[in-house]
Amino acid sequence: MAPALGAISPDPALLRGVEEELGQKIASCFHCSKCASGCPVAFAMDVQPNKVVRLVQMGLKDEVLRSASIWLCASCETCVTRCPNQVDIPAMMDVLRQMAIREKAPAADPAIPAFHAAFLSSVGKHGRVHDLGMLTTYKVKTRKRGDALKDAGLGWEMFKRGKLRILPSKARETKQIRKMLREIVDRI
Amino acid sequence: MELSYFPGCSLHATAREYDASTRAVCAELGIGLTELDDWNCCGSTSAHSVDAEAARALPLRNLRIAEEAGKAVMSPCAACYGRLKAGQAEDAASDSIDVCHILDVLDTQESTGLLRGKVTNPLTDLKAVSYYGCLTTRPPDRTGATDYENPESMDRLLGLAGATALPWSFKTDCCGAGLTLTRSDIVTRLVDRLMRMACEAGADCIVVACSMCHANLDMRQAEAARDHGGEYSLPIFYISELLGLAMGCADARWWRRHLTDPTQLLRAKGLAA
Ligand code: SF4
Ligand code: SF4
Repeated sequence: MAPALGAISPDPALLRGVEEELGQKIASCFHCSKCASGCPVAFAMDVQPNKVVRLVQMGLKDEVLRSASIWLCASCETCVTRCPNQVDIPAMMDVLRQMAIREKAPAADPAIPAFHAAFLSSVGKHGRVHDLGMLTTYKVKTRKRGDALKDAGLGWEMFKRGKLRILPSKARETKQIRKMLREIVDRI
Repeated sequence: MELSYFPGCSLHATAREYDASTRAVCAELGIGLTELDDWNCCGSTSAHSVDAEAARALPLRNLRIAEEAGKAVMSPCAACYGRLKAGQAEDAASDSIDVCHILDVLDTQESTGLLRGKVTNPLTDLKAVSYYGCLTTRPPDRTGATDYENPESMDRLLGLAGATALPWSFKTDCCGAGLTLTRSDIVTRLVDRLMRMACEAGADCIVVACSMCHANLDMRQAEAARDHGGEYSLPIFYISELLGLAMGCADARWWRRHLTDPTQLLRAKGLAA
């Protein structure tokens, strides 16, 4: 009978693929956990930052791409600043998020890629983000979460203080941006 | 000094008081700002999270325009500054233009010398903690910061404006701004800790140099207090607002744009009518 380990199906190409996109060797991580200990969102992550590195080293692609951690990383740059080996974890998280989108791996927290799509679709339209438009798109995309009215009060307070523009601020020559971002948003 | 000015999306919308106070302070200090013609969004966290090409192309379009203008480009938003710097790091050809953050421009010998002579309304009695967040200093190999664990530029500026900048250990801890819409549960926890630590340090207010930090701390602190049993309400100021106040060029409309109203504090300190 196959041992329990048989359930794991490592992808030996994962490490090389990630390192190639990253332009950096992450094999140098020696798991001192300094990144995890200083990470502001580690408390909410299902896989600690150094363990995400470990999963990549081991080729456990499904586990990595389905982890909430790749979406929760706040890109605060604390870990890479402090890592004794300069492992660029925030850039690695970007590579993994992009890979998850390309390979259509279901996001552990779909609201986060939905937010990015809403943001970029607004930038695609105007060359600049228009908060009201972006918020509306985001709330529509995430309506299944059942919290459409969360932050409505905050929105009203912002509106009263002139923080929400009715009309967007626009760039003029946005054809290229529009085309590029439309294709990206369609993929997410 | 003549600079190209990159306001970024938020300074045209949620952070208009940052735009107005930056312009006012730079005018006082003889720093000429020309808004970058036809600038576009830097891509923020969203672009680099989902697409490498968008993360490169959006800042680079701005850098090309800045190159044509031929002047160093300054952004008051630390997040935009970070993205412009990141774009530059990926494209050697865009190196000819200097990208700087507002603190790089204000914390120079020339600016501080001028500032010293222009403080007509010193912020005596105001106790502040300066909060730099993530991207004013990190990652240091991109920003060139050497004091990235304990930056002091804003502390120096506040001191010159007559305020007391208190020491605290949370200057560069992340507030989670990028997750503010999607995971406010995480964000309120981070904001709550910053607010508590600022109070413990004895601060009347927190001073920032980033529109994302401001939005998050100003707008999420009431919810953070509610969710985590905190008892605080601390005004969040942009560094430019306080320098403007000290130089006598502040505009009362700036304060009306804050969700955590600063007027009571300013009145108590004799700094507002
Ligand atoms: S700090 Fe660097 S070397 Fe240490 S565990 Fe994290 S990535 Fe690996
Ligand atoms: S960049 Fe991401 S993984 Fe690194 S410390 Fe910040 S949130 Fe954590």
